[in-house]
Amino acid sequence: MRPDLNLVAALVGRDARVLDLGCGDGALLEQLITRQGCTGHGIERSIEGFHACIARGVPVSQGDLERELGELPSDAYDWAVLSLTLQAVRHPARVLVEMRRVAPRRIISLPNFGHWRLRAELALRGRMPSSRALPYSWHETPNIHLCTLRDFELLVAESDQVVERRVLLDGSGRPAGRTARLEPNLLATGAVYVLRDAAPTETVSSG
Amino acid sequence: MSESGLGRVETQLVVLFDGDDELVLESGARLTHVEVAYETYGTLDADGANAVYVCHALTGDAHAAGHHGDPARRGWWDNLIGPGRPLDTDRFFVVCANVLGGCRGTTGPASPDPATGEPYGLRFPQLAVGDLVQVHRALVRRLGIGRLLGAIGGSLGGMQVLQWALDHPGELAGGLVVAASARLSPQNIAFSAVAREAIMRDPDFAGGDYYGNARRPDHGLALARMIGHITYLSEESMRARFGRRIQDAAAPRRGFEVDFEVESYLRYQGESFVERFDANTYLYLTRAMDYFDPFGDAVATARKLAAMDTRFLVLSFDSDWRFSTEHAREIVRALEGGRVAVSFRELSAPHGHDSFLMPVPEYHRTVAGFLERLAVEAAVAPLVAGGG
Repeated sequence: MRPDLNLVAALVGRDARVLDLGCGDGALLEQLITRQGCTGHGIERSIEGFHACIARGVPVSQGDLERELGELPSDAYDWAVLSLTLQAVRHPARVLVEMRRVAPRRIISLPNFGHWRLRAELALRGRMPSSRALPYSWHETPNIHLCTLRDFELLVAESDQVVERRVLLDGSGRPAGRTARLEPNLLATGAVYVLRDAAPTETVSSG
Repeated sequence: MSESGLGRVETQLVVLFDGDDELVLESGARLTHVEVAYETYGTLDADGANAVYVCHALTGDAHAAGHHGDPARRGWWDNLIGPGRPLDTDRFFVVCANVLGGCRGTTGPASPDPATGEPYGLRFPQLAVGDLVQVHRALVRRLGIGRLLGAIGGSLGGMQVLQWALDHPGELAGGLVVAASARLSPQNIAFSAVAREAIMRDPDFAGGDYYGNARRPDHGLALARMIGHITYLSEESMRARFGRRIQDAAAPRRGFEVDFEVESYLRYQGESFVERFDANTYLYLTRAMDYFDPFGDAVATARKLAAMDTRFLVLSFDSDWRFSTEHAREIVRALEGGRVAVSFRELSAPHGHDSFLMPVPEYHRTVAGFLERLAVEAAVAPLVAGGG
């Protein structure tokens, strides 16, 4: 399993109800179901991914993530997971809202377009950057909404959510070393975020 | 995949309910003699754990696969059932029975009422989908099957699978619901109402007591079939199959007789249908579909879903406008909301509602994959305890 998915599995814990958006071959959900006592559902666009999930016994809906997400019942899950996919959806802000609707806690991982290597590639070579996490050339990439960690955290704040936890990732998808924490938006290759709703602000009655 | 399919098969008859063990219907009505026509393919394992039950749709019967003597005339789901096919009869024991209220060997309105010796006609009690399921369950018990590996059905067949899993936890490991609905739309009911009107307004209908008569409501039943058949096809499949071609003539005759090929086809569908189908069965089964609403009571639904241990595969076809993908999504939403393991896919196929009967490769691959997984899980599960 991808290292970042191991991290997600550890965050989810046991006996939870999990929605995995863009679940690929179902490896994360299979682990959660068989080893961590969870129940779950995946959404996967690719036909091969869908068949792989069926073969693993992972419940899955085949189709467009944004379309299928809208079909799911509200508050049906403990966790909604979106792994390295936010940058490929048409309406990232809308997806964040829909994820809030279906689950009280969300895990979102994303590549950091503010990483120094990518910045350098654009600045020095004058070319659209690519990396291990972002291997496509500009004209064929599915990643239409790339952002930096700072951009993402601003969007989170604007949507009345708070970051409960943030794990910075290195180039291999594993938790990054201490150095990355000095300047995450420059030094981390990506990050895994745990989001929850902002606590409702206390209203003081006057009178 | 085997090209030859199953060989010769036979329909068998069994009495499942009698005076000592009556069938009590959801309405409270009782049937004191219920005979069922069924077929089986493949071999039941020693532990009875490899059985897959096939539920047929409105106009189907027990003869799902193989042939009755003429290898060219094969069962209605022959492309799905057989050696090497998705319902692989080298591995699975496949059962299909004509439903209660049917007219192809199972007790229905054409059967004699034991109280009078005369055919029931419209004195046959109203049926619910759950009543059809009760008879399937009795057959499963009679055949010595334990927990079913799966039950599969398209359209009305899928409704039976859904009802079965909801009402009887523990009996189905897997439920495969294809081109079905949990609740007919007003448009569905409207088509079904027109079909029933066509039958009941036929002068030969005689209030349902036409069995001894020289003439039966053939015109009405044929018309009902023609209406139904239009809803089973898609506009695209009709265009591809018939276009606007003229039948048996170089130029349009421009009268009111059959001129277009599609008219000829529909007429043939109607005329051949009356040879094998009973008008009263059409009334009873379409009515059972109209009232089907297994998720209608939210409290009961929540309780049933909490007890459910069936894993579902729900499939729809993009060209099906009788039970469109929206119907399938409604089923998925209800199951998912109840934390039932459900997989869903809208398949692409041009044949409209009838797609579920067609050998669409991705459809068959999905069914085969889902059954394979159920088989794997059944094999790793501990054997049924032998007593202590």
